[in-house]
Amino acid sequence: MLPKWFDDWNSSNPTNIFGPAILVGAAGGAVFVAAMLVAFGQPYATESQQTGPRGTGMHVQEFAMNLAAGDPTVADFYTDEPFVPEPGEALAGDIYENVQVLGGLTDANFNRLMNAMTLWVAPDEGCTYCHAGAAEGNYADDDLYTKVVARGMIQMTQSVNENWDAHVNANAQVGVTCYTCHRGQNVPNNIWYRVSPVNSNVAGWSANQNRVTMVSNYTSLPSDYLETYLMADANGDYARIGVHDLESRVQQQPGDPLIQQTERTFAFMNYFANSLGVNCVFCHNSRAFYDPGQVTPQWATASMGILMVQEMIAEHLLPLQDVYPAERLGPVYGDAPLAACRTCHQGYQQPLQGLNVIANWPELATTSGEPDYSAFQ
Amino acid sequence: MAYFEYQNIFTQVQVQGEPEMGMDNENNMASERTKGASFSTLAGLVGNAQLGPIYLGWAGTVSLATGLLWFNIVGLNMLSQVGWSIPEFIRQLFWLSLEPPGPEHGLRMPPLNDGGWYIISSFFLLVSVMSWWLRTYLLAEQHKMGKHIAWAFLAAIWLFLVLGLFRPILMGSWSEAVPYGIFPHLDWTTAFSIRYGNLYYNPFHCLSIVFLYGSVLLFAMHAATILAVSRFGGDRELEQIYDRGTASERAGLFWRWTMGFNATMEGIHRWAWWFAVLTPITGGIGILLTGTVVDNWFIWAIEHNFAPDYLAPYGYEAYGTYSDFGGIGQGGN
Repeated sequence: MLPKWFDDWNSSNPTNIFGPAILVGAAGGAVFVAAMLVAFGQPYATESQQTGPRGTGMHVQEFAMNLAAGDPTVADFYTDEPFVPEPGEALAGDIYENVQVLGGLTDANFNRLMNAMTLWVAPDEGCTYCHAGAAEGNYADDDLYTKVVARGMIQMTQSVNENWDAHVNANAQVGVTCYTCHRGQNVPNNIWYRVSPVNSNVAGWSANQNRVTMVSNYTSLPSDYLETYLMADANGDYARIGVHDLESRVQQQPGDPLIQQTERTFAFMNYFANSLGVNCVFCHNSRAFYDPGQVTPQWATASMGILMVQEMIAEHLLPLQDVYPAERLGPVYGDAPLAACRTCHQGYQQPLQGLNVIANWPELATTSGEPDYSAFQ
Repeated sequence: MAYFEYQNIFTQVQVQGEPEMGMDNENNMASERTKGASFSTLAGLVGNAQLGPIYLGWAGTVSLATGLLWFNIVGLNMLSQVGWSIPEFIRQLFWLSLEPPGPEHGLRMPPLNDGGWYIISSFFLLVSVMSWWLRTYLLAEQHKMGKHIAWAFLAAIWLFLVLGLFRPILMGSWSEAVPYGIFPHLDWTTAFSIRYGNLYYNPFHCLSIVFLYGSVLLFAMHAATILAVSRFGGDRELEQIYDRGTASERAGLFWRWTMGFNATMEGIHRWAWWFAVLTPITGGIGILLTGTVVDNWFIWAIEHNFAPDYLAPYGYEAYGTYSDFGGIGQGGN
């Protein structure tokens, strides 16, 4: 195929071309990759948020493309400005029967909120999800458990917005509505049930850990941290969240953190980090986790959140135990579904990326029954 | 081409022929060895092609038997924890664990299902490891070797004993011991560090890391040097020790010109041995002091000017806000 002189010359001049070929190929490939990176940019660029003193490396990191993508449920949030009540306007409690919580709203605002709740919680089912007789115009009956639960959840939302302002509006007005948890679904994602003990034929610390569970976030850490830290024991006390105490060993009291309690706290903190899409140094200086003098400003907001969830569970979620039908109860203990950080936050530092959801819904911002519409006058 | 001969991840020279059956001296060593020996080309690629004979002896037999008991107790406990389901056992294997007793049991014998099996299996593991150590000592003695291997192994056993025996006894509770599980022992390591104020500030932990990484570096330097001069007979290290040839000369010259100093054919092995044994020795000291003498290594480090304390101002104004990092609200952290 090739000219004879070429073959002759090649056979009389044997040359190792592999060395130069590999060298040229490797160098050329590197130049090509570098050129592409310069031309199109780093495809996995990251951005970071500094969370601690300079030089300590405290920061939260995200892929730029994930930041740009954001939470897909933000766009589906339905909101609508209230109708400022006229003096003497009739109230929902006077017009309709059996309005226990929202009776102080005007008719227009009452129906505006009912419509929003439908879109937030039961967009497919509509009014009949809570009002069995809606088709016949009967909205008053409490036949369906969903209506009773919804009433409790409205009270919880009002309480959270009013009494836990320091958490839900910590840095800017954000607040919570039904949508913060529900996101257009009947049952919110990321609710939790009690599952511990998770292991058979063992007792004590062996029984609550070393299993892949949803609540352990697929680690082998304890699966009982949510029920231990967020639910009161028989005496009404909450277990101590801690990894260290400054007492010497001989002065330790029962319940002071040992390796086991540290692991359970670690499991809880892991849940925290996953729920908010952050890492340890969002709240702590990791060189001294135990030290309250080295925490970041977010630590206080998060601590307030723990207290808030404890109250939500005790006052609003556990009392609904007998209202739920069997299919809504937990798989192990038949317990009522509970909420915690992830139920609202769903992977973001602030739920719905800090979208101000409460601005248009003064009805959900107060437990007084008399919403403050002054911002809209 | 010679160029390729020495740039290979596999051993290039395999000897297969009449098996080397070893000595049969006044200790009657041969009488307790297995009789047969075979050759494996595959084994020859990474080591010696000859397999066997093997000498187990009483220490080896005790070690194997007790070791298997430990292994089976751990495995059956894991199997029991998943309700004797084999598929679940396989699925959860890396998560499962045999945990030490809870702190409420102190140093007493706990119920079997709350750490009792852990104590029993740990006893067998202790016997197994110690008799295997004895085996390394006795075998070296029978071969009229130095006891370097036994002492090096004992350095590792020191760390093992500190973690599972000495420190729990000093702390007054078996609950301080390490669980037997793949992920759980890693969780234990993290929790141990966090509970005692961050092990990174433990100077013996620092030393142990220095020797560990140093061992890796020395191993790589030595192995590379010997492979590089094996074309001059450098792999015959013992001969080169008492009759230094061109391989030693070149290897020494290389390092002396590179960093002004070189080990010798003998000395490099002393470097490696000491770096290796000091890794668990210093590490064990660090673990033994944790919780017994020093309760919080971070505070210890601050007190001893080993870690800096942050001084005000802390630079809060430089902290990022959520509105600059994906948040769509108005400002705030």
